[in-house]
Amino acid sequence: MRHYEVTFIVDPVLSADEIKSTASIYQDLITEEGAKIVHTDEMGLKQLAYTINKRSSGIYYCVEYTTDSSELNAKLELALRRDERIMRFLVIHLDKYAIQYNEDKRAGKIGKAKRTIEKAKAAEAKAKAAKTKYVEPAGSKGKSAAPAVKKVTPAPKVESVVAETPVAKAADTATAEEE
Amino acid sequence: MASRDDIKFLSNPKIGNKKKKYCRFRKFGIKHIDYKDADFLIQFINEQGKILPRRITGNSLKYQRKVAVAVKRARHLAYLPYVTDLLK
Repeated sequence: MRHYEVTFIVDPVLSADEIKSTASIYQDLITEEGAKIVHTDEMGLKQLAYTINKRSSGIYYCVEYTTDSSELNAKLELALRRDERIMRFLVIHLDKYAIQYNEDKRAGKIGKAKRTIEKAKAAEAKAKAAKTKYVEPAGSKGKSAAPAVKKVTPAPKVESVVAETPVAKAADTATAEEE
Repeated sequence: MASRDDIKFLSNPKIGNKKKKYCRFRKFGIKHIDYKDADFLIQFINEQGKILPRRITGNSLKYQRKVAVAVKRARHLAYLPYVTDLLK
């Protein structure tokens, strides 16, 4: 048994029923040839990275299946190529790591869900930090002292700038006098 | 007078202590690279959509090949662009 995966993009202009029927056509084709569908993933409407046939979005489907015969893939590819409703497709053979990866992904061990959770956590932490920072200057003494120190530091700079500018002006005037 | 904080280093203090690059796939035991995960693959392309070389990503040869294949598959299925500007 060899594992394969077919990903195809269906034209988004079609009606919802037509889209579903096109997807089911290929699922039926796979099962008719004696292959077994492991999983069907409807990723739904997605924005394309570039326009294909003047469409900027498409409906993604991903079907994972196992089969013994090598004829199915040729038939499937031919059918997909002839179909106008299919914008793009890709049939690939899955190795053992890929099968493991897909299983883990379905089990929710890996993938975007986890990452989004992490991101959300990070965002929460950031928000908390921001809140605490916002509150602290009003309350604690030590923190309020810190900004004061910071405020002091720019002052000498201003002084130095002021000190420098008259010298520069003087130099200018000196050159003007020379001229 | 400049305060202690205003004093800058004359030379870049980061020069010299190089950070060793490593292959993240070997380090974290990632065996398969999914072509459908565009957010992950975006780490291996530059802002014009070109695949970054191994000397920058630090990938081992085995996984750099797999990354390249995954990026090309992702491009075919419009998960990633072939050519673009300001991707990142």
